[in-house]
Amino acid sequence: MLTFIVRRTIGLVVVLFAITVLTFLIFFATPGIDPARQLAGRNPTPQTIAAIKHQFGLDRPLPVQYALMMKHLFISRDLVSYGNQALKVVPAIIAATPVTLSLVIGAAIIWVVFGVLLGLLAVVFKGTFVDPLIMILALIGISMPVFWLGEVLNLITQDRLHNTFLFHWVPPLGYVPLTEDPWQWFLHLIIPWISLSILYIGFYARVLRANLLDVQNEDYVRTARAKGLTERNVLVRHMLRTSMITFVSLFGLDFGVLVGGGALLTEVVFGLPGVGLLTYRSLVALDLPVIMATVIYGAFFITIANAMVDVLYARLDPRIRPA
Amino acid sequence: MADLAYEQEEISLAPGESASDFAGRSPWRLAGRRLLRNRVAMAALVLFLLIVVVSFLAPFYAHHLAHTDPFVSNLTGTTKVDGKEVQVIQQGTGPLGLGEIPIGPTWHLNYFMGADEQGRDVMARVLYGGRASLEISIGSAVICCVLALVLALAAGFFGRSTDAVLSRTMDLIWAFPVYLLAISLSTVLLTKPDGLQWGPIHVNPSSFWVPIWIIAIVYIPYVYRPVRGQVLSVREKEYVEAAVAQGASNFRLMFSEILPNVISTIVVMLPLMIATTVLTEAALSFLSIGVQAPQASWGTIIDDGQDLLYTRPMVAIVPGIMIVLTVLALNILGDGVRDALDPRAKLRIKG
Repeated sequence: MLTFIVRRTIGLVVVLFAITVLTFLIFFATPGIDPARQLAGRNPTPQTIAAIKHQFGLDRPLPVQYALMMKHLFISRDLVSYGNQALKVVPAIIAATPVTLSLVIGAAIIWVVFGVLLGLLAVVFKGTFVDPLIMILALIGISMPVFWLGEVLNLITQDRLHNTFLFHWVPPLGYVPLTEDPWQWFLHLIIPWISLSILYIGFYARVLRANLLDVQNEDYVRTARAKGLTERNVLVRHMLRTSMITFVSLFGLDFGVLVGGGALLTEVVFGLPGVGLLTYRSLVALDLPVIMATVIYGAFFITIANAMVDVLYARLDPRIRPA
Repeated sequence: MADLAYEQEEISLAPGESASDFAGRSPWRLAGRRLLRNRVAMAALVLFLLIVVVSFLAPFYAHHLAHTDPFVSNLTGTTKVDGKEVQVIQQGTGPLGLGEIPIGPTWHLNYFMGADEQGRDVMARVLYGGRASLEISIGSAVICCVLALVLALAAGFFGRSTDAVLSRTMDLIWAFPVYLLAISLSTVLLTKPDGLQWGPIHVNPSSFWVPIWIIAIVYIPYVYRPVRGQVLSVREKEYVEAAVAQGASNFRLMFSEILPNVISTIVVMLPLMIATTVLTEAALSFLSIGVQAPQASWGTIIDDGQDLLYTRPMVAIVPGIMIVLTVLALNILGDGVRDALDPRAKLRIKG
């Protein structure tokens, strides 16, 4: 197990290095692109361009440029946005992270609870109308663009039905930090949580149902039934438990992707100032240092989450531990 | 990703089939028959084809039925509704008459779903937008599957260093969040309004090829991984060994022995890939880094509709409904194709 962790960590470091190189190459070495102009954003002054050329040593060979960039990003952490000289990129990302985490953790709780519940219900009621009904709802859930669903929810809760008893409690769009007012934090995030989780509820319910139907003919399930266990016991203690292995590894991957930038669209639609909205604002202003930094942040987060899932998975299932 | 593995070892029966149904039938004919009998999947196929046909009839609708030009802003024009000339952009209502509101749904052929902020016919734009969205998503899904198939064949067949280089490259692309990689590539390619020149290749930012290639590239690892795994297992089969013993060339081994045995995986993945790329294209266009003005796609129309959400919600709602219908049809069809090719197979992808 220790060897496995060591090997995985070495692999992780290599991938992280490769990610920074690839991102650097996309922004600095795409043929036909002048990186100084790129980094300077829209309508730069000649001074800004000269300052950037000097700061990143763009007249020097590529490996030196790369090293300088990484120094600004990781060691001195003083990479500055060129759209807004006062904005330091790394502190801005760190400040935005709690918002993204609030959004994703809340949505994750909702999607795990409802995903498991609907998946179980579909299996229990297999053969009745309930199973196909749940499955078609799940399919519609995974077919909706998340940003569109967010807008439709906004239309309903902020405008059309806002003055009825159903949604008069919905606060205006925006974010209130948990440390400032936990109740307002909760109220502001309910609709974004629902909007973000619907896709995953549908997906997890489908995966869990397929998985449960797969294991129901396994020998150990037959043995459990033969022992005279109740149907509920067989389902929850035996079938659900094995199915959770797939479930847990999928969850780790999806959670990593969302925190690493996948929640961008939801943050944009609901005006939540997380890392995604930061990326979007810099996208509109073509503020390349911020985009590059958020891309590297996101890829780092996902890679580390994947490595953790691998280790956890190896603990749960010794068969996949490579020799 | 063991859960993406797709094995087709022994013949298995779908519900309602008997062993005699198999006698003398090729796997493809059998799958075709199963698919044709799947009414839900057939309905989904018809719905998808209907959306494609209607979208490609966009110019006909705009010129001959609606008589509107969906790409020219029409801020001062009028249109005829029930015999009366009506302003396309109307003065705001209320006691002060502030602001300007585009015309709402007329439920007539002209401005059927109303106008957007520029006074352009929303229904005609949705049809043109559908054509753009479908061209980009189908194009990128096909390119993605073909490239992934070729790379997976090469990696699985030659093994060793070829496999190592290709698989590590795929791992690297996989490590990036799909949207962030697409965003990086788009921002870099879109910053030069007059495009980039790479030798003989000219990259025009307003061309659909930019989003098509970007989306195709970011999804290659998702197709490459399961196919490579399958190539690896097929390569060890006896019939491949037999072909080697007959002195078959590498080319023949790859394309007439291995390819036919992994192609079903691609066939199953294609509809699901198109469903995924429809959603990705919409997201990129919504973020204004996909289809560029004056072209429209479903994503850009939803983006346009954001400012009108509370006054003229139809502008954002209609293209969204088109996306949901398209993706839903493709997902159902994909499930049907998977069940038809192997009733026991477990394979899912998602975006």
